Amino acid sequence: MTESNYDEIMQLLCDRLSSLTNSNAQITPETNLISQLSIDSIKLLNLIMEIEDTFDVSIPINALTDVQTVRELVDLVYKIKSAS
Amino acid sequence: MNLLEKIDAAAAARIALLPNGVGAFGIPIEEVYSATEARIGDRRVLLLGTNNYLGLTFAPECIQAAHDAIDKEGTGTTGSRMANGSYFGHRALEREFADFYQCSSSIVFTTGYQANLGTISGLVGPGDTVLIDGDSHASIYDGCILSGADIIRFKHNDTVDMEKRLRRLGNRIETTLIIAEGIYSMLGDQAPLAEIVRLKNQYGCILLLDEAHSLGVLGETGQGLVEKTGLLKEVDFITGTFSKSLCSIGGFCVSNHPQLEQLRYISHPYIFTASPSPATIASTRAALELLRNGSHLRKQLWNNCTQLYSALKEAGYELGPDPGPVIAAVVDTPQQALLLWQRLLEHNIYVNLILPPAAPEGKSLVRCSVNAAHTRDQIQYVGDTFTKLFKEIN
Repeated sequence: MTESNYDEIMQLLCDRLSSLTNSNAQITPETNLISQLSIDSIKLLNLIMEIEDTFDVSIPINALTDVQTVRELVDLVYKIKSAS
Repeated sequence: MNLLEKIDAAAAARIALLPNGVGAFGIPIEEVYSATEARIGDRRVLLLGTNNYLGLTFAPECIQAAHDAIDKEGTGTTGSRMANGSYFGHRALEREFADFYQCSSSIVFTTGYQANLGTISGLVGPGDTVLIDGDSHASIYDGCILSGADIIRFKHNDTVDMEKRLRRLGNRIETTLIIAEGIYSMLGDQAPLAEIVRLKNQYGCILLLDEAHSLGVLGETGQGLVEKTGLLKEVDFITGTFSKSLCSIGGFCVSNHPQLEQLRYISHPYIFTASPSPATIASTRAALELLRNGSHLRKQLWNNCTQLYSALKEAGYELGPDPGPVIAAVVDTPQQALLLWQRLLEHNIYVNLILPPAAPEGKSLVRCSVNAAHTRDQIQYVGDTFTKLFKEIN
């Protein structure tokens, strides 16, 4: 995985989060998934399944306990994808 | 925001969602008249929101057994199964569950919730993987979290999606536990067990099936989905609860794997809690006997299920795919669900209200639970009332 892959993941997740939340607000790496985007637990879990399929990886949902921001979610996906 | 302010914020969100319907959750039941009727406030209501599938809450055999146990053994064991809490009745009930499922081992837990917590956290740990249905009950999620294993979800009842995720696990497959449920509590649909078994055998995993809602309901003798599908021997571990068809409280796990016995020494939800009371165990033993010989109760239950499912379907409600004791009317918004729930209560019918995120796919549910003690006239009245209210909520 390279820097461009990281950026691709970031772009893809920002786009997906934007459509998932129907939010007009700009989504940045520091956007908080819960407090700013109001994503409920089920939406987040379903998003993880989509990400798994997009990148063909397994993302344990218990790894999400450390994820609050968009950047932290991208970091997690990037780390798992890099290791796969 | 401090801890208490965070709780206040959550409470405000809940009240905003249900400004006039906070009472929908934890509604006070003042008196219980029978397996089908109770008093809520000053209303005598029909109970269509209990898990009393075989209608045995007032079975004389169970009541007498509970009375006798209190007289002989007192009100509680006051101790863990690991210490002083394994009476004759606890061990006898374990033997009876093992016999019922033709299994070599059986463990009784204090609640159904703990049966899943204790079994899952005993079977897997950090570094292992659990592959669970996305619509799994909270006790399964919590058991997985307690275990420290990696949790992967597959789309509800979608075995193509499940296989995709199995394949991705690679060499982690040999330490993977698959978990499914006989009947799912939200929509009442059944797991595609034959296909799940085929995949677990193909990939070489262990399979746990939770028969909480299907025990007493499916199969000739009421074993659940394993009996209905003829796949009892293919499922590694079966868990279930006493608080539905068996009308008490408690839970169990059965298996032919001798390793189940080891859970008694490592499973915190088994060890660090008091064992079920003697009365609970005694009434459960009596109920299990009635359940095993209860094909007439299952016949009556299924007649009632079919009658209500057909009535709601004909009225235009969106329902789960399978008729069964859990019949949920799916509506688009919490407001519609709340209105329907309140109007049903005004017509003296109590059902369950389920709102997002607990309900699947962002929808809301007004869920009925049918039981064998409901009369044909009671089911007719419920169906007619739902039909009358359909236009009002749409």
